[in-house]
Amino acid sequence: MSTWHEYLKTQGHAPDWPYPVSYDKEQEIDADVLVIGGGIAGCWAAIAAARQGLNVVLAEKGDTVRSGAGGPGCDHWCNAPANPLSNVDPDEWAEHMADRPYCNGIGLQIQCREDWDTLLEMEQIGGKIRDTKDEHKGAQGRDEKTKLMISPRYTKVHSYVPDMIKPITFKSNPDEKLNNVVIRVWGSTFKPALKKECKRLGVKIYDRVMVTGLLTDKGVQGGRVIGALGFNNRTGEFMIFKAKATILAAAGGGSMWLINTELGGYSNMMSRTSTGDGTVMAWRAGAELTKMEATGMIGIATGLKHKWYTGAGDASYENVPLVDANGKRLPLPIQGWEDAGAMMPSMEVEKKIREGIKSGEYALPFYGDFPGMPDAERKATWRLMLGEESTTRIIIDTLNKAGYDESRDLLQSYKYIEGNSLPQWRDAGYGGGIVVDWNLKSSLDGLYAAGTQMFSPEDHSYCAATGRYAGRKAAAYARKAGAVTVSREQIDREKVRVYAPTKRTSGMDWKEVHAGIARAMQYYVSEYKDENLLTMGLGTLQKIEAEAVPLMYAMDPHKLMRSLEDTSLLTYAQIIIEASLARKASSMPLSFQRIDYPQLDPPDWNHFLTIKLVNDKVKTGKLPLTFWGDMKKQYEAYNKDYTGVYKVK
Amino acid sequence: MAKEKVIAMPNLTTPNNPVTFNEAICNGCNHCVEVCQIDVYIPNPEKGKPPMILHPDECWYCGCCVNDCPRPGAIKFNWALQHRPYWKNKATGVVHQI
Repeated sequence: MSTWHEYLKTQGHAPDWPYPVSYDKEQEIDADVLVIGGGIAGCWAAIAAARQGLNVVLAEKGDTVRSGAGGPGCDHWCNAPANPLSNVDPDEWAEHMADRPYCNGIGLQIQCREDWDTLLEMEQIGGKIRDTKDEHKGAQGRDEKTKLMISPRYTKVHSYVPDMIKPITFKSNPDEKLNNVVIRVWGSTFKPALKKECKRLGVKIYDRVMVTGLLTDKGVQGGRVIGALGFNNRTGEFMIFKAKATILAAAGGGSMWLINTELGGYSNMMSRTSTGDGTVMAWRAGAELTKMEATGMIGIATGLKHKWYTGAGDASYENVPLVDANGKRLPLPIQGWEDAGAMMPSMEVEKKIREGIKSGEYALPFYGDFPGMPDAERKATWRLMLGEESTTRIIIDTLNKAGYDESRDLLQSYKYIEGNSLPQWRDAGYGGGIVVDWNLKSSLDGLYAAGTQMFSPEDHSYCAATGRYAGRKAAAYARKAGAVTVSREQIDREKVRVYAPTKRTSGMDWKEVHAGIARAMQYYVSEYKDENLLTMGLGTLQKIEAEAVPLMYAMDPHKLMRSLEDTSLLTYAQIIIEASLARKASSMPLSFQRIDYPQLDPPDWNHFLTIKLVNDKVKTGKLPLTFWGDMKKQYEAYNKDYTGVYKVK
Repeated sequence: MAKEKVIAMPNLTTPNNPVTFNEAICNGCNHCVEVCQIDVYIPNPEKGKPPMILHPDECWYCGCCVNDCPRPGAIKFNWALQHRPYWKNKATGVVHQI
């Protein structure tokens, strides 16, 4: 009897809410450093700050043991050019990685300099990073001496599409050896180890707490950030965190264009917990954001398509040849040693395949030819890459238990038979975010950002390295921070906002509000954008805010969380439209098409568009594309005191 | 023959069973309730029993609850019908689906 309706049927009544509910009750917590979000970046930030001997508090919406996009696992530790098997100089590799418009040169430099150190610390605290049991002997990229496993990804250049970037001879790698910058790891061991280390260091963890807003000095927008407010999503208790320094390490905004839980659960590229709460609370406090106009199509896992995105395009699917229904090899890249990890076909190859399907040259469906792979490569891909990647371990285990044998069976791909994604199925989670400086400080004193909370975030190891860095910098600030004034009025205002849905028992539930937001975004902020459509979108969202939000009801603290997440999504969506209205030019790298300004990337518009609230009015500005300056020099100037890998005490 | 009691209830959200429990193996330790990223579960009101799936529509199939279960076999991942994958025996050409 594990379903609600069975309980109802047998007991004759619904179960009681299992946790004691205490709406309005307040708990106050003081910290030197407060970390908001206990995912990869948040845990590393908390660990780094606690290692400085400070009083660190971590608030997490789920449970830190497995929460966040990197909670279930991680298979690639990307951009570790400082590892002993690398053949490129970290600074040169960072420069190469940053040779893309609208990237984050600060974060990339930190990642390239420090994520090998971070990985060694991961190993110290119990994460598995080497093939110590000799399970993968014979796999290409495995080094017998260090037992590290190099991935084929980026072994030539940083590119997912073959020939998209011309071959480069790196100064530090004149003989053009494989770059060896990406390491295969056993990331399912990481998150529990991080939580354990947080506890060992005395970090006070508040799990199942949704932070809803930041506290600012005297309650003023644009003032120093001095903590945060939130509530426990099981008990409803109100939480007041006072802190000398605050690090935002929550997720970007997900699922703003999509919701249909009936088509496969909350199936999306990100879980429901990714609702951009952190970005929105920074915005409300007056922090500067950028790149908020950038959105992109979601190709996979939308709930309308297959969750299991087999074949070219799956980040873990290394070295797997794709064949047609008759066993004929397809010209798709295999993201393996032969194509340096390329995972997407070029436009010509894509066209050739589509024409081949119509002419009968390639028979559908297509399959991943696991049996055709050398044993060691198959094992490395199936057990290590797919076994350790975020949400794929459960998939391979379930397949094996059901009788699938990767040495015998072809695994079906759904590419080409499930159709293309609509341009209206979009995502904003990997684009916009908080503007940071070389301390990973936001435009507000006392507020730092790491991982996907910053603009232009990257992968798991990027979140780890930048989290660790932000923890260090926030700790240094906290040591010197002066006195502040907490505004009771700011707390009371947030309490009214937070608890409003609990005062009603009918009206509109969170799923309907979410779907309303998603529909507005699909209509007005998708493939085609112009002044009129965007203005209509803003009007629709404002109408939802004025008419639907005041009707929202929440019957328990969990649904209260979902309701407040809707308000995050709603504000996030409005910021996207404000930024989209302000960028009066189309842009290829931003995946941004203005019908009324069709010219692609005109020189006048090649800059970051910044956006923030000043006295509750939207103010935009600009920053040069490489506003961070000389990456190597700047990094070194800001990190003279960096001591490398932590010595366990 | 006693009449079966029929209760009035709305349609259930679907898919409704992202996982299934084996009550003979599960001892109701609620570890899955703790590791769940999004609080799909609540503990069963009856101690020692498998937890109750209260929010199946929020599950995004990350698998942490099954991966981390200390009693193997107690929880089984249950793909929604429309998402169950296929494979083909390379030698015989026979197609299977979960």
